[in-house]
Amino acid sequence: MKDSPGLHLKTYIFIFFMVLFAPLGNVLLSKGMKGVGSAKNWAPGEILHVLGSIMTSGYIWLGIGCLLTFFVAYMLVLTWADYSYVQPASSFSYAVVAMLGYFLLGEAVPPLRWMGIFVICVGVFIVGHTHPRTTEKL
Amino acid sequence: MLEFTFLFVIVVAGTGGELCVSRAMKVIGEVHDFRPTALVCFVFRAMRVGWMWVGISMMTLAFFSLLAMLSIENVSFVVPVTALSYAAGAVGAMLFLHERISMQRWVGVLIVCVGVALVWLSRR
Repeated sequence: MKDSPGLHLKTYIFIFFMVLFAPLGNVLLSKGMKGVGSAKNWAPGEILHVLGSIMTSGYIWLGIGCLLTFFVAYMLVLTWADYSYVQPASSFSYAVVAMLGYFLLGEAVPPLRWMGIFVICVGVFIVGHTHPRTTEKL
Repeated sequence: MLEFTFLFVIVVAGTGGELCVSRAMKVIGEVHDFRPTALVCFVFRAMRVGWMWVGISMMTLAFFSLLAMLSIENVSFVVPVTALSYAAGAVGAMLFLHERISMQRWVGVLIVCVGVALVWLSRR
């Protein structure tokens, strides 16, 4: 990654978008699916009914929009930033999704879950700091 | 049990889908031209690779399993436990793409698994 203040700012902005939009998308999907409810059985009619409810849920479409925004930001930032830099930074999204679940959806997040999320972030950080290419370049 | 089945599908189908897309990308080769027309050509080329369609199908299955799991569990539980895909990804990349996984990466994957176990234990 070339070192310049402008590039750093651009990278931070795009990583901020990633860390915001992926959890927000999942929270919106969760809100939508809580409204739709789960299928009561595996009968084709019931599955079709649930699929129809999913396709007409505004929250689901907003969630998909947020996840697409995340994906575009992710692809764009990877065109100039290293994968080994982007992946650890994006691990914060596990903590953000718990915070959004707590504040926006009123979910109970027990201390053990916060601890687990912290451990996952550490693990992802270590995975992200390994070399991104493990095979010979063609 | 149902949650475990959905998690299994999310992790296995999601990771399998990503591995298939990765294999399709390796068939196409590295992209050097990022102009919009070149990117459109790249997408059309990708769609002609069979692995791409297998990957998209598996990722679609994983997405609907994610929706099903979100209908019965909290998002603060569901998203962190899907981090298990880091473990599935490492195993799949080693077996399917013949990538070498460093010791440091295995340590990271093991720590992710410990974190997922803690989140799973926090389930109400």
